[in-house]
Amino acid sequence: MENIDFSLVDWSRAQFALTAYYHWLFVPLTLGITWIIAIMETIYVRTGNPEWKRTTKFWMILFGINFAISVSTGIIMEFEFGTNWSNYSWFVGDIFGAPLAIEGIMAFFMESVFIAVMFFGWNKVSKRFHLTSTWLVALGSNLSALWILVANGWMQNPVGMFFNPDTARNEMLNFWEVFLNPIAVNKFLHTIFSSYVYAAAFVIGVSSWYLLRKRHILLAKRSSLIASVFGLLGAAATVITGDGSAYQVAQHQPMKLAAMEGLYKGTENAGLVVFCFLKDAENPENQGHKEQIMKIQFPRLLSYLAYRNFNAFVPGIKDLIDGNPEQGIPPVAEKIEKGKRSIHALSTYKREKEAGNISAALEARKIFEENFEYFGYGYFDDDYNHLIPNVPVTFYSFHIMVGLGFLFVLFFLLSLQKVFKNSIGEKRWFLYAGILMIPATFLASQMGWTVAEMGRQPWVIQDIMPTMIAVSQINADAVKLTFTLFALIFSGLAIAEVSIMLKQIKTGPKEEGN
Amino acid sequence: MKGNKSHPLFSKIFYLYYDGFRSMTVGKKLWAIILIKLAIFFLVMRIFFFPDFLKTHFKNDKERSNYVFEQLINQE
Repeated sequence: MENIDFSLVDWSRAQFALTAYYHWLFVPLTLGITWIIAIMETIYVRTGNPEWKRTTKFWMILFGINFAISVSTGIIMEFEFGTNWSNYSWFVGDIFGAPLAIEGIMAFFMESVFIAVMFFGWNKVSKRFHLTSTWLVALGSNLSALWILVANGWMQNPVGMFFNPDTARNEMLNFWEVFLNPIAVNKFLHTIFSSYVYAAAFVIGVSSWYLLRKRHILLAKRSSLIASVFGLLGAAATVITGDGSAYQVAQHQPMKLAAMEGLYKGTENAGLVVFCFLKDAENPENQGHKEQIMKIQFPRLLSYLAYRNFNAFVPGIKDLIDGNPEQGIPPVAEKIEKGKRSIHALSTYKREKEAGNISAALEARKIFEENFEYFGYGYFDDDYNHLIPNVPVTFYSFHIMVGLGFLFVLFFLLSLQKVFKNSIGEKRWFLYAGILMIPATFLASQMGWTVAEMGRQPWVIQDIMPTMIAVSQINADAVKLTFTLFALIFSGLAIAEVSIMLKQIKTGPKEEGN
Repeated sequence: MKGNKSHPLFSKIFYLYYDGFRSMTVGKKLWAIILIKLAIFFLVMRIFFFPDFLKTHFKNDKERSNYVFEQLINQE
């Protein structure tokens, strides 16, 4: 580890995080609002009521603004893979490339073709063809997300591949294993449903603003109705798939689960923390650990969520580092030893193969493959703290996300009740709450990604490639420069988007025929 | 919408885009932002700040593979 430039690693991570956070400002709105627009247009086509057409077109313009600003922000991440993460990019080979290529082709054909019909096709194509295009835009944008999340899921749980020591690349053995990776499936569902919540909150927030101003009342009420139903279903599905995600994390990334719950010492009948603060442990034996104070928890629920058994043992960070023979958890020192054995065997394989000693090379390859499961651990030394994610960041991000998630369920229930009673515009506090739901859903969404990505550290590919090995050996100052450049450009673009969006919201929907 | 009687489908598609772009209001500002953004991303950032590390430092896949291999076994 003495060869690692941690300044370079940290700046490269910061740069990627900045790009991803920025990209994720726009994507969830696109994923969700397209369905809301499709539902509104369907009502228009079925009823022929021009007010629904006006409503559809209004939200379509806001979607268009969001789409235009977000176009190709994801491309920057692909640039970064080649420049800052070249070891990673080579190592993952076609496993990462294939889903991204499918995404690119699908996104291009489905979104670019049908978005044109959606925006330009009013009165030029039949109502039904236009409606079909709108639904296909919604489907296309969600399918794009599918492939990205399949790639991300593979990094969290690498399956369906083998590492080719002759090319230093992973190769896909089984497409379906990669595609149906349970982490990827849960991640996709959880991500898109949470995006629906974000989009529904956006529609309700804008509608609430109109109701506060007593403008476009009919559009605001109708939009609130659609968004409340959509948001409630999305919020409920987010909670259910969140449970599925947590279960998968417990099976494949127990260290992440321990960090999410701030659990240092594992226990049976583990409770799920609802609220607590973390503070530095006072006991010298637990140096570097955090203690939970003012804790409120649901007894035994974490055991159930993690292993579907109220009595199950949930390992803590200490168990995963020191090992727990009673529970069959090996110490991390054992994994490090196997990892080092795997790396040495890889080196021997290469050397012997080049020297023409085929039997020695094959023997080394066998040792390498037997220990490949822990390959990434071989890069760590006796300081096991490097194997623990940032617990406070992971813990607080997780609990903010979950807390807000349940708040959204309550909010949409209340909103739906008010819409049905036709009293949604009566209480000003509720309208202000509706506006506040926009940043709240955005915050929850970003916190979710923070848990997913910070919680899996130090791995870029779980157990196989640590983040510090994935970076390119470039000048850290160059990364700092591009980080600053990005921060400036992205801030400028975000300001441009928000100002155009706000201006359009202030202008409101056009009268039909204009 | 104008039309070309010999190729009505292609003509319809062409004029769908042509008329659509011409009649845009907010869209014109958005297209300006998109084009500026793409120019910054691809003509400035890609070329000056984000060269592909392995492609620019090594001639072929064999060399790239050897380099990554060395990275994997020497950073222990």
